[in-house]
Amino acid sequence: MSPVLLQLFLLFAGLSMLAFGGGAGVMPDIQRASVEYYHWMTAAEFLDLFAISRAAPGPGSLIVMLIGQKAAGLPGAAVSFLGMFLPSCLLVHFVAKGWHRAAQSNWRPVVERALAPVAIGLTFSSGLALMRATETGFMPHAITVLGAAAFAFTKINPIMLLCGGAAAMVLTSL
Amino acid sequence: MFVGFMRIGMMSFGGGLAAWTRQEVVHRRGWMDEAQFLSGYALSQLVPGATNVNLAVFVGTQMRGVPGALACFAGLVTLPVVIVLVAGTLYLHNHGGIWFSIALSGMGAVALGMNLGLGVRLALNNIRRVGPACVTLAITVGIGVLGYPLPYVLLVMMPISLMIAWLGRGR
Repeated sequence: MSPVLLQLFLLFAGLSMLAFGGGAGVMPDIQRASVEYYHWMTAAEFLDLFAISRAAPGPGSLIVMLIGQKAAGLPGAAVSFLGMFLPSCLLVHFVAKGWHRAAQSNWRPVVERALAPVAIGLTFSSGLALMRATETGFMPHAITVLGAAAFAFTKINPIMLLCGGAAAMVLTSL
Repeated sequence: MFVGFMRIGMMSFGGGLAAWTRQEVVHRRGWMDEAQFLSGYALSQLVPGATNVNLAVFVGTQMRGVPGALACFAGLVTLPVVIVLVAGTLYLHNHGGIWFSIALSGMGAVALGMNLGLGVRLALNNIRRVGPACVTLAITVGIGVLGYPLPYVLLVMMPISLMIAWLGRGR
């Protein structure tokens, strides 16, 4: 394997294992590694790739494929994908198996109840952290808050919300 | 399951996958009830890696073991992988316009809002007592506002949450 492919694989395998609470937490580390450390791209190019991965359907963590593609073409994209998802998927698979086996145990309901407020807290905190990291200016924050309220309290189709957010952003930048 | 997660993958423009996953798994297909979904969602966040991909593998494993995990994972990522690679190739050859990125940022802002809104919905449906509410608040403020590292916050809050759940069992 060429050095850059190995670098990509090890970088994303390592960072994915540090991504407690989701991929967003290690996004700054991914940025630092690919821009400042390995010089695979400029800071502006990284932001463009981030926007593409956010807008494309599916997990935002697919940004690692774009970085791999920029650094080393399609093989780069492939090894980045494997590095990002193989270790964590194996891990969660074994956790899920253990969880399944514990279905009849008397500790599982207690853990289940303990996990609920943790999941909700992590949802809020990762949302707030992402807002701080990726949104600048009044409009994005306003759109996020309105989107949150609309999603929580109305039955408006989320696709409509997404289109509305895009339209609002374009109209206010005219 | 492949098709269900393919729908999730394709609907989630701009992110917000957890909201779409709950919609599909709990409401549309009835594969899990809200409590099962919520604990799976928590475990997917606690295991390192991309939460939504972890969640797909978790749901798949719970329902059908290894084949289920593979089906859900493949369903979730196959089409998005193709789309991201095509978009990346187009981008590498001719850089996207400014309006494109402005529209993207608007979508991203809404998707973030959807995740926060999901948190609000889950909190309203599932938190009934002061103890769990304090756990949620402490995690939200500790990590999201004060910026403490997540592992440390969980090291403190997870035992507290377990204790509250243990004391409140049978109620």
